[in-house]
Amino acid sequence: MARAPSRPGPASARRPAGEQASDGQLAARTPQGVARVRVPTRTVHSELRAIAVVWRRELIRFSRDRLRLITALVQPFLFLFVLGTGLSRLASPGTHGVNFRTFVYPGVLCMAVMFIAMFSAASIVWDREFGFLREMMVAPVRRSSLVLGKCLGGTTVAAFEGAIVIAIGPLVGVPYTLGLVLTVFALQLLLAFSITAFGVMAAARVSQMQSFMALTQMVILPMFFISGALFPVSDLPPWLAILNRLDPLTYAVDPMRRLIFSHLDISAVARHALDPGVTWWGWRVPSLLEAAVVALLGLAMLLVAIFEFSQAE
Amino acid sequence: MSATVAVEPPALTETAISVEGLGKRYGELQAVRGIDFQVRGGETFGFLGPNGAGKSTTINMLCTLVRPTSGSATVAGHDVVRERDAVRRNIGLVFQDTTLDGYLTAEQNLRLHAELYGMPRQSIVPRMRQVMEMVGLWERRRSLVNTFSGGMKRRLEIARGLLHSPRVLFLDEPTIGLDPQTRSSIWSYISELGRAEDITIFLTTHYMEEAEYCERIAIIDQGKIIVLDTPEALKESVGKDRVQIHTGDDAAAIEVLRERFGIEAAVSEELVTFGVALGEEFVPRLFAEWDPAHPPIRSVSISRPSLDDVFMSYTGSTIRDAEQSPGTDHLRHVARMMGR
Repeated sequence: MARAPSRPGPASARRPAGEQASDGQLAARTPQGVARVRVPTRTVHSELRAIAVVWRRELIRFSRDRLRLITALVQPFLFLFVLGTGLSRLASPGTHGVNFRTFVYPGVLCMAVMFIAMFSAASIVWDREFGFLREMMVAPVRRSSLVLGKCLGGTTVAAFEGAIVIAIGPLVGVPYTLGLVLTVFALQLLLAFSITAFGVMAAARVSQMQSFMALTQMVILPMFFISGALFPVSDLPPWLAILNRLDPLTYAVDPMRRLIFSHLDISAVARHALDPGVTWWGWRVPSLLEAAVVALLGLAMLLVAIFEFSQAE
Repeated sequence: MSATVAVEPPALTETAISVEGLGKRYGELQAVRGIDFQVRGGETFGFLGPNGAGKSTTINMLCTLVRPTSGSATVAGHDVVRERDAVRRNIGLVFQDTTLDGYLTAEQNLRLHAELYGMPRQSIVPRMRQVMEMVGLWERRRSLVNTFSGGMKRRLEIARGLLHSPRVLFLDEPTIGLDPQTRSSIWSYISELGRAEDITIFLTTHYMEEAEYCERIAIIDQGKIIVLDTPEALKESVGKDRVQIHTGDDAAAIEVLRERFGIEAAVSEELVTFGVALGEEFVPRLFAEWDPAHPPIRSVSISRPSLDDVFMSYTGSTIRDAEQSPGTDHLRHVARMMGR
């Protein structure tokens, strides 16, 4: 599979005798017997390697960027400890003895994951601006492998940040057990994947970082506020109730809250007031269906992203 | 791994690139207007033209990044539209703008490339070492690319382009934005690898002096190939050598040249300048027939026609003038926007 460099070819046939000396020098500097490799034709295995390497690149870049790791955690801390503490005095009559910080915790966890996932997807826009995207786009691999690798990378990074927020759960009164940690982690992983897919889909169309940031603000903040991350979703005015049920993030926040509240030792009144659950025409949507909504939306956006990148020249 | 059997060495007469009627239209704008040419295996072939002439669009079509709107092209024996992957496996690319990840080390950039191209695992490290030593960056392999100078980045990109042993290496303005010293070192790498790697090199440039490194060049202007030949043949086709003489009295010398030799001379660069077919043969005649009464000649220089003269004679303007015309700037801008 490796060919010896001494093999005669067009170049050496052309070469005038006077240039032998410089060729000798070159041969001395290059190791023998590794002259050429052949890129094999595309296989499932080569696609998997492409996915893996794009994924690994995201992780390397994330691990190099300590600042990003820390700044990403500032927001959840602000929400939990500053807003949570400040508002808890106002909210105490309505929380039936439940710590307000515990109440907003599931929403804040979702928010943290969502922002990190969007930032990870934004790296595609950077890649385009700095030219690296081209290096990937001309490789002899399917665009879907590139998109998938990117999504998995963003998911991993976001889930890692989510794990840190999970780790601070006990500080705000979440009684974590191993089972709860695992299910919460699985749920936030799903959310991380769907949001990254959304971000990658958007990044296919946006060529400037400023525009992408503006888009993030325009889409992510409303999604966060409408989702009920900061308030119970029952007895809302109709317009807000409709928006809430249309907001995809609702279907991540609600099962997350239900999951955590199922481990809280609280009165039935408090549970009914704080964790009423999302209803469709009076029917309480099961957690599994909610998770399926998030997963299906994520998959759909992944497919759109793949389609868009396959079309791109 | 089973697919990595050794491929028969290409025949001497193999055609590396074959282009027929290739064109690209961006809406109203005809960036490339049906060009034809062939590049032999092992050749170093240059596309020379001002910015916006269609060089980058052509290179992008040949490396499957842009779909042609007319005509066809094969690279390394594969059609650029129907066999995109096969083309991609067989080509290496160095773009005008850097496409490295600055937050990774040099080594990580190459490894990423190796994985994307599905290189056999056991060949990655030795081959990486080989190409990095070739461009003198092996010692810096663990440095972040962001710490590299422009010239080092370009060298690393050339190494990366060669990593998977492509049959054809495309270099789009390989020395743009580099200082003259770095440019000449990049060129020494390029000509060295032409010998060492048994590779066809297709490059674009708008530096005349760099086109001299190519075995054949095509001059492209406003989306069309105007002429295609070796640099020597092109210069010969322009014909005249340039003779410059330093005299005591320029006006009188010009008068003598006109009356006695039938030559129209003019003062250029403070020297009496004129063109003759064969400079070396003309100079002895000049002195033999130059009367002591004429103004004294202090020095003589003869220069062969440069590619600048070639470009001038085929397009009617210098390459710099061609770049300054407003049309091409606009064209380049539009082509870029659509190409992205």
